[in-house]
Amino acid sequence: MALLEVDGLVVHYGKINALKGVSIRLEQGDLVTLIGANGAGKTTLLNTLSGVVKATRGTVRFGGEDVVNKRPEEVVARGISHVPEGRKIFSELSVEENLQVGAYTIKDKARVRELVERSFELFPRLAERRKQEGGTLSGGEQQMLAIARGLMSDPKILFLDEPSLGIAPLMVDKIFDFIVQINKMGKTILLVEQNANLALQVARYGYILETGKITHEAPCSELRTDDAIRRAYLGVS
Amino acid sequence: MISISRKYRLVLQLCVGLLLIALPYLLGNQYFVRIATMIGIYVVLASSLNLIIGFTGMYSLGHGAFYGIGAYASAILSLSLHWPFWVTMPLAGLFTAMVGAFLGLATLRLRQTFLVFGTLAFGEIVRILIMNWNSLTRGPMGIPGIPVPSLFGFSFKNFSNYYYLVLVFAALVVFLIARLYRSRVGRAWVAIREDEVAASTMGVPVFGYKVLAFTISCLFTGLAGAFYGHFVRYISADQFGMNESFLILTMVALGGTGSIIGPVIGAVILMLIPELFRFLAQYRSVLYGAILILVIVVKPEGLAGVKGLFVPPSGTARFHFRKQKIDSAAEGQAGGGAA
Repeated sequence: MALLEVDGLVVHYGKINALKGVSIRLEQGDLVTLIGANGAGKTTLLNTLSGVVKATRGTVRFGGEDVVNKRPEEVVARGISHVPEGRKIFSELSVEENLQVGAYTIKDKARVRELVERSFELFPRLAERRKQEGGTLSGGEQQMLAIARGLMSDPKILFLDEPSLGIAPLMVDKIFDFIVQINKMGKTILLVEQNANLALQVARYGYILETGKITHEAPCSELRTDDAIRRAYLGVS
Repeated sequence: MISISRKYRLVLQLCVGLLLIALPYLLGNQYFVRIATMIGIYVVLASSLNLIIGFTGMYSLGHGAFYGIGAYASAILSLSLHWPFWVTMPLAGLFTAMVGAFLGLATLRLRQTFLVFGTLAFGEIVRILIMNWNSLTRGPMGIPGIPVPSLFGFSFKNFSNYYYLVLVFAALVVFLIARLYRSRVGRAWVAIREDEVAASTMGVPVFGYKVLAFTISCLFTGLAGAFYGHFVRYISADQFGMNESFLILTMVALGGTGSIIGPVIGAVILMLIPELFRFLAQYRSVLYGAILILVIVVKPEGLAGVKGLFVPPSGTARFHFRKQKIDSAAEGQAGGGAA
């Protein structure tokens, strides 16, 4: 049984039809990427899965349970964590406080401390900046903090929305190393990216989203060699 | 703000505490003691409004009305049922909190601009209601003869005694708010202020926390109303109108949104200015308006503030010549944190 199974998801913003029946599957421990151009509906899909946006139709099954249109806090409590686009760090809170908010659904204080320490082990860079305000970090560090914060709820699945956005190229490679490392820790990851080149290298399976519809899906090794995709997304003529 | 080391901060706090305790003796004059007492009440009002504006990043222009609801509730209960202040005061607070919770449930899903109008309209409705509900509030005649509280035969009629009563109350409220700010609840509020969507994806029930902030703020505001009514002993509708809401707002804005000490500073300054410039009494509203505009243009986070109502979210356009300065100021502030 798949860990996350999305079937025929339809989303409207007012009269605008943003998702026109999207279906994807993620197995336990998988690293799957969703790529597509600006406005294809990638962020809308993640927002719907995490309960921020409501779906018009379709089902979302997570661990066998229907979670479509549940409130965000209920979704988080079930083990889904969403690292939003543009990092969205709480800039006036310290690094540590940002992490604590990430563990919001965990009531046990000792467990939260444990998770904070785990984040600092995973991202030593953040440990150095523990007491510093989130807004004063560099873009790459903020992205690390956003990912660490996403892991604080100890989720089964992690959604990453454009982790490479607006970050120095050297740092992007580092971030992607972390993504692979987190996946190896056993976390299932759904990676949404515009940087198709990189995403197709690290992920196992890929979906291509175009104006609200999945147009291609295949193992990434196949997508990388597909001529149409190379032309459209990898900048190869 | 300059960060003060722990040791010095403790010494400073002790000095301020001693000064506040000795104040009635230092001032001597009952008139000054009266002003000091009023400052205490406004410290509570500004600090509770800061919960909404500074911590959670919402708006309320109806706090004058909540202040009035607390004052009227306690006055009516003690005059008609002859209950002691120690019963009517907490009841007035709870009643105000309840009204606040209902208003919050009804309006807090509104976008910011609409929330401003919603709370503003609510304030006016309350004022008009008080003005016209003759059987309950005596309408435009107001309520005179509100009893002075006493405790085990000890009366607070003397201004100095009442000053101490308000001092304890204000210190307690500021302390409680500071504790809340550093708690799980406080972090959730700040997270909502910083980014509502991000907060909700972390599992913070945003709407619930907004209503909670509104309710707690109204609780303290209502209590302050009760303390005010039993102090001045005569209340009328015009004391709790829109001007009052704007006065409290200006205190928070001037002192600093989102910090603990900011609203206290704002309350002290704005209560002292009219007393120092009594000859300008009729221009008081003009002065408050000018201060509010000045703060927004020159120092949107206020004298000791962190962030809040008047600081636009990063990325939005603002005066270009200020932009860089504010960014560097924010970075400089990073080490210090909230006072």
